[in-house]
Amino acid sequence: MRYMMMLRIEENTDMVPSEQLMEDMGKLIEEMTKAGVLLDTGGLRPTAEGTRIKLSGGKLTVIDGPFTEAKEVIGGYAMIETKSKEEALEWASRFLRIHGDGWEIVSEIRQIEGPND
Amino acid sequence: MTEPSAHPDAHRAIEAVWRIESARLIAGLVRLVRDIGLAEELAQDALVAALEQWPGSGVPDNPGAWLMATAKHRAIDLLRRKERLARRIDVLGHELETAGHGAPADVEAVLDGDIEDDLLRLVFTACHPVLSTEARVALTLRLLGGLRTEEIARAFLVPESTVAQRIVRAKKTLAEARVPYEVPAGPELADRLSSVLEVIYLVFNEGYAATAGDDLMRPALCAEALRLGRVLAGLMPKEPEVHGLVALMEIQTSRSAARTGPEGEPVLLLDQDRSRWDLLLIRRGFAALERAAVLGGPPGPYALQAAIAASHARARTPEETDWRAIAGLYEQLAARAPSPVVELNRAVALAMAYGPATGLELVDTLTSEPSLAGYHLLPTVRGDLLARLGRYEEAGQEFTRAAALTRNARERTLLEQRVADCARRRAGTAPTG
Repeated sequence: MRYMMMLRIEENTDMVPSEQLMEDMGKLIEEMTKAGVLLDTGGLRPTAEGTRIKLSGGKLTVIDGPFTEAKEVIGGYAMIETKSKEEALEWASRFLRIHGDGWEIVSEIRQIEGPND
Repeated sequence: MTEPSAHPDAHRAIEAVWRIESARLIAGLVRLVRDIGLAEELAQDALVAALEQWPGSGVPDNPGAWLMATAKHRAIDLLRRKERLARRIDVLGHELETAGHGAPADVEAVLDGDIEDDLLRLVFTACHPVLSTEARVALTLRLLGGLRTEEIARAFLVPESTVAQRIVRAKKTLAEARVPYEVPAGPELADRLSSVLEVIYLVFNEGYAATAGDDLMRPALCAEALRLGRVLAGLMPKEPEVHGLVALMEIQTSRSAARTGPEGEPVLLLDQDRSRWDLLLIRRGFAALERAAVLGGPPGPYALQAAIAASHARARTPEETDWRAIAGLYEQLAARAPSPVVELNRAVALAMAYGPATGLELVDTLTSEPSLAGYHLLPTVRGDLLARLGRYEEAGQEFTRAAALTRNARERTLLEQRVADCARRRAGTAPTG
């Protein structure tokens, strides 16, 4: 089963990943790759550099960032392939745990629809 | 710690940890106790302890380390008992062979060793040539995939007791043959590695083209084989054929959604809706193929098959398929790993590149091939080429033969349709002789 693991972070804080965290994250990503579960992963640039295109009443509106109302935003994702949802949750828990005490992050795990589901 | 969870999902969470950790756990323990059966028991004991404790205490922050520590304690107890027993026996003047059984003092050192090396040792042990192919498959899925006996039995459509017996016998065989717990080196490595790759690809194929039963695919086996392949690629990044096999499986899996129609009937490659091919897996397959190529040397059989699969993946429409290139790749494959099945595939590619008559010429040299006598794809291909040459009567006979040979119910239906189709076309054609 394929899952999208989205990381929601508080964007407008002063939290910068420490070197240690970057290293731990690299290690975990390597571990997930070697376990054969990680299909794809990436971090997203700040929303200030992003753009929203909105469709409403048949009309398209383009809005460039920064978005003042945005607080909790998707900061990164990992697409993983696991045997069960619990296995996906376990990997997500591991990813959150390496961040330690100072971070406020929510990982949202959603199954991707596939031919065998 | 994760919040203690009172709900029944706790067991499923523990099962997930087992799935992630069991192979590494067992691999480390085998090095310690030098016996796969015992190592598995110790690991299972640790799992039972987790099932007892975690629902109340919560899953520990590092569940793998917890399981390893628990199993290690039991192993140390066991080795101490053995040592005491050995000493007592010594006093009695008997000899007990303790070679290979590390003393408790070595335990820390053993378990601090590189777990990836252990994992690789376990891979090569489970796929050891002293075991039958069936035993290798069962042991690999059990020890490296963490699959339960019942899951393996269901996937291979055999009784659970059969699989259980295969595993017990395999462990016994390994112990009796005193198979060393090591990664083969030197000239032996190539042969042993191909045995490992063969086991993984066999599991994949069992899932991809189920040889029996009503379901064309048993996707869980494909997923398992792909995962094992990716794990092996992580353990042996310098072996091009490992990447070749992974590339082949990634690209073949990319077609999963397109391979079956709404009624579950098989859809042939050229009839597939290519927009349903999984681009992520295709990209991963290309990347793996590239890794194999960068390592140099002439491409091995898996890399060649992956290159053929990649040729299909590159074509946006069936018409864009570079059949000449594919026929060339089959020629290389036939030179590298000659087999009548490869020749049959080469014939198909030749027919596509240079016309059905060219393909038929090669197929006709295969009809007396004993190893293809019961192979339904031979009459299927021959029938197809004959039909394209307008020889519907002979084509119909070939499809009839193929339908009788296939063990897959859905495939049979498809072939019977082609028999009927040939009969219709024959009726619509003016008789020529």
